[in-house]
Amino acid sequence: MSIQVEDPRVIEFDVRTDEMLVNMGPQHPSTHGVLRLLLRTDGEVVHEVTPHIGYLHRCAEKIGENLSPPQWIPYTDRMDYLAGMNMNLGFALATEKLIGMEVPEKAMTLRVMIAELGRIASHLVGMGAYGLDLGSFSPFLYAFREREIILDLFEEVCGARLTYSYITVGGATHDLPASINIPPGLASLTGRDPHEHVSWMEATEMFLDWLEPRILEYHTLLTENSIFIKRTASIGELSREDAISYGCTGPVLRGSGVDHDLRRDGESIYTRMYEGYEYEIPVAPFAKAPPEAVLGDNWCRFYVRMMEVVQSIGLVRQAIAKYPTAAGEYRVPFKLNTKLPSAECYLETECPRGQMGFHLVGDGKAAPLRARAKSSCFCNLSVTADLCRGCLLADIPSIVGSLDVVMGEIDR
Amino acid sequence: MNATEIHKQLVEKFGDKIIAVDADALDPWIEVAPDAIVEVSTYLRDASELRFDGLNNLSGVDYFEPDEKKAAKFEHEPHLEVVYHLYSYTHKHFLTVKVKLPRWQNDQQGQLPEVPSVTGVWGIADWHERETYDLMGIHFSGHPNLRRILCPEDWVGHALRKDYDFPLEYHGVRN
Repeated sequence: MSIQVEDPRVIEFDVRTDEMLVNMGPQHPSTHGVLRLLLRTDGEVVHEVTPHIGYLHRCAEKIGENLSPPQWIPYTDRMDYLAGMNMNLGFALATEKLIGMEVPEKAMTLRVMIAELGRIASHLVGMGAYGLDLGSFSPFLYAFREREIILDLFEEVCGARLTYSYITVGGATHDLPASINIPPGLASLTGRDPHEHVSWMEATEMFLDWLEPRILEYHTLLTENSIFIKRTASIGELSREDAISYGCTGPVLRGSGVDHDLRRDGESIYTRMYEGYEYEIPVAPFAKAPPEAVLGDNWCRFYVRMMEVVQSIGLVRQAIAKYPTAAGEYRVPFKLNTKLPSAECYLETECPRGQMGFHLVGDGKAAPLRARAKSSCFCNLSVTADLCRGCLLADIPSIVGSLDVVMGEIDR
Repeated sequence: MNATEIHKQLVEKFGDKIIAVDADALDPWIEVAPDAIVEVSTYLRDASELRFDGLNNLSGVDYFEPDEKKAAKFEHEPHLEVVYHLYSYTHKHFLTVKVKLPRWQNDQQGQLPEVPSVTGVWGIADWHERETYDLMGIHFSGHPNLRRILCPEDWVGHALRKDYDFPLEYHGVRN
């Protein structure tokens, strides 16, 4: 049988290599834990990506239906274990909205301080781990060194380092400690005596003073590094329309050029926490972007996180300055068995990874009828299949890493 | 625009497909007939003064009390609800849209209730609907790929239904 060479389909069939199905994960470190990506590849080119999730599945929502809100709060910080404080805050605010509770100014200032420190810690991991995804190990070590000190500070307020749960319905569980030893990590970095006693807020300011100049080092190591730019710029482009349609939020949305941040645009119960603070919301495109970068690519998403760290440092400083004069108590008492009203509410807050929403339906009992957590990573990850179509195999860690997913937040 | 105005506009356009409104609730909501949800969603997204271009959340709620003694005190009729939380990036306003469904289609235990899929309106509805199907047991007709997303494909039952019995064994693994 003779082959008709004029037929383009025959020629294409002739030069094509075999398609392969490649499993990436669930244990590859670049897939951020228990994410499994099923790739259909043709040589180096990826034709299709199918993310498979649900390997954790810890039944968080089912547990939430059987516990009263203050009891469920420790479960919320186990969802996004890199930003537990922000998750606590989101759920506490949703409960307060449902029962119509007002939080005093002092508690709000405390919450800004803790939540923004949580954002810094989370973005540090995001930045460091992204460097690791692209094969650069040093930024990862530096980021974790910095994050350790934030964890030391969190340990002083709530006693835990990873599963920290401090913000609760009505405010926070305790007031800030009056006097602590300088955390050992911070003491060795700044050359201070680790047995010296300072107040918690002084130690935090000491840390911020030390961290702020280090951001320039991250720019040298990553954002201005030509290898980093080659691996990230104009890869994984996400258009503004797609970002909105796919429900992308947080740095992913702002990296695509949508100027939206719930700290400014959210509901009043959340935005009044940030009233009177001076900060900017970094949105792509950036003036400092390299010429190769385009709107909505990996580089932009990464740069948004870098700039947010600087803004959060400023916010923590302002909250520290405000705290001693803030009115009210750090907490409004809330009983464990307080009955929830027969109503429902939905509230989203700006967590480091995006907008985390809680949908609570009360029916007159202490435990809600339905406690739903809508996670930001879930929406951000759903866009992976679109972003990765037609990219190279080596770009997959670069794209998935730029979304900064935490798998614990995706499961229910 | 507030919920009362949106409701008025929707009633003019869709008539009795818009069933109820509660403008005084914490999150003002509008109830839509299940068979009209796609047209109403498309209109909500495209009308220039509404522009609900973002679907923030889609959740299913099971109003049911499995305990017979407590069921007498339960203040809702047993039913399922699909709740759509919409947001407009253009006008910065919120709206909640609800669809009420029976717990089982035609009162036949095991027949999943159906609602048309809004995947064509908002991209993110794809995964949210798969999740709601998986955990709440609601069939989204017209969904391009309605498979379980969090549980394994061969899992039996829908875990967030109030009368869900946890299996004692899965593939030989005891609970």
